[in-house]
Amino acid sequence: MATTCWGLPEVICTFPAIDTTTMRETRRAIDTGFRGLVREWSDVIDATTAPLQTFLNVLERSFVGAPWVVVLAVLLLVVWAASRSWKTVLGAALAMIGIGWVGLWADTMVTLAMVTVCTVFAVALGLPVGILTARSDRVQSIVNPVLDVMQTLPSFVYLIPVVVIFGIGKVPGMIAVVIYAVPPMIRLTNLGIRLVDPEVTEAADAFGSSARQKLLNVQLPLALPTIMTGVNQTIMMSLAMVVVASMVGVGGLGRNVLQAINNQFFTIGFLNGFALVAIAIIFDRTSQAFGKRLQKHREAGHG
Amino acid sequence: MDEMTTTMEQTLATAADPDAETERAGIEIRDLYKIFGPDAKHHIAAVKAGMSKDELNRKHRHVLGLQNINLTMPGGKITVIMGLSGSGKSTLIRHINGLIEPTVGEVLYGGDDVCRMSQTELRRFRRLKTAMVFQRFALLPHRTVLENTRYGLDIQGIPHSKSEPTAKHWIERVGLKGYARHYPAQLSGGMQQRVGLARALANDADILLMDEAFSALDPLIRMDMQAILLELQEELHKTIVFITHDLDEALRLGDKIAILRDGALEQVGTGQDIVLGPANEYVASFVRDVNRGRVIRAATIARARKPGEALPEMTVQGYLVLEKVARRMTNASATSAHVVGRNGKSLGVIDLPTLLGAIVTPVTADTDS
Repeated sequence: MATTCWGLPEVICTFPAIDTTTMRETRRAIDTGFRGLVREWSDVIDATTAPLQTFLNVLERSFVGAPWVVVLAVLLLVVWAASRSWKTVLGAALAMIGIGWVGLWADTMVTLAMVTVCTVFAVALGLPVGILTARSDRVQSIVNPVLDVMQTLPSFVYLIPVVVIFGIGKVPGMIAVVIYAVPPMIRLTNLGIRLVDPEVTEAADAFGSSARQKLLNVQLPLALPTIMTGVNQTIMMSLAMVVVASMVGVGGLGRNVLQAINNQFFTIGFLNGFALVAIAIIFDRTSQAFGKRLQKHREAGHG
Repeated sequence: MDEMTTTMEQTLATAADPDAETERAGIEIRDLYKIFGPDAKHHIAAVKAGMSKDELNRKHRHVLGLQNINLTMPGGKITVIMGLSGSGKSTLIRHINGLIEPTVGEVLYGGDDVCRMSQTELRRFRRLKTAMVFQRFALLPHRTVLENTRYGLDIQGIPHSKSEPTAKHWIERVGLKGYARHYPAQLSGGMQQRVGLARALANDADILLMDEAFSALDPLIRMDMQAILLELQEELHKTIVFITHDLDEALRLGDKIAILRDGALEQVGTGQDIVLGPANEYVASFVRDVNRGRVIRAATIARARKPGEALPEMTVQGYLVLEKVARRMTNASATSAHVVGRNGKSLGVIDLPTLLGAIVTPVTADTDS
């Protein structure tokens, strides 16, 4: 012993860890306790997640079940309404037709449904929290460290509590995705509102605006470019996480990628990967073009 | 350009008539102190006992914003608060609509203390009684000129059917007809500030607060805006508080001028009071290079008629500034004129040598010789 330790005492040489038995006992105690807690509350958990489950199922079914022409038409219409750019619409059409042609239409629809729901939830959650964070320094000092942890925590790590509490399936997957995708929405809403020209907010005050009037007339409209960047980031992160969430039972393109990794299906893996990239680009271009279009009034020049 | 200066002089002469009567309530600031810092109230006694701004900052890390402000701003008149940057003038104007609360002191308007108002009362006061124009315009970039102008009315909850005609009226009055659908970014600085002015006027508030409203504009545009303001004031008679760091602007606009330095009032009076009798060296250094012909009024230098002296044929109004009197007299080739006050009461006579002597700055004359 002493030879491996350069003649140093044992404590300094090998790290003084808790002995294996104590560790095992503690672990078992915590695990059973936690599981017991989850089991005890399972009714409540099921009751709360049930409507989410139904909502997700219905949406997924309508995406997958509808004739592809209808889905494509609606999708292109949304892209056109948001971007007003024929180029983007054409690109989206080509990408979707390509995806359908290699036989990934149904899987893509599942992913699309999931990303849509997750983005809506993340925005609906992130916007009010971001506004609260911008309003109060105290809230910010609480929210910011939480966001720091959420963003530094590897995504695999928080799949663990999600799975333990909610089990396997779409809803836990969705919860994991929303947790992963919500930080940029909160951060950028907060930042956008805090960066609004103080003279303009002062003007709002000077004319006797209530807090609500100030928020709706001044702060949100002026923070909109930053908030739109947040929405864009949230969409991108939802897409990334939907793939990882396939490990807890979310279907779609992500599951195909997971299977391809497990079985070394080179072609399938790449095709699904490209389909994901295509969707990501469509979302990104559309949301960015929408954000830019909202800023038309900033263009200078007499006209 | 020529046309502009003449209209300006005309408006100057009438709007600045000190005898004009109005019935608007004035603003009264009493014993106001403002200290910035976490423990401001604690240091009031020391400041009142004479602790200086430097000492307060060095010893206690608190900034003395305003000290011992007592100022009456007459209703229906333009009161100019003049001072260099850091003198506390922007802080002072923000006390009037409660954007900043004083450490101690009162801001009275029509018997109410603005500083004691609850949040709701204060919001109501801001909506109905005050309007503000900002140095960097502070327009909403995503709203058109029309939407910006009716902003104050939107806040009051007035329906668009009523607010739009009002907004359009004021857009025309400030000379922006045809620009109602433009966005602020499409307008020049001067035009943007006209929108700022229209927005403030559309509110139809008694008090108009102008925080360095024209300081960010080019000199020519600034003169133009001053003319517009005086022209409007001639008919509106609002209680205007105007902040500036420019003495010429202060003299041109102010019925009453308050000079602020390091948060304390150095001198309060009419432009003429300040130019003719600066209270101290600081004020004197400010007014040394002022064009006195534009400030001093005929009534001030009119002398009693000598016994047996004939009454001059030409008559001038007592409130006219000397420059204007000189121009009229030279145009009429008169060497002397009869100065009359309101109601045609005789104030005395004025002759060219006296006139020229009063226009020439004594200090400049000394250094020139």
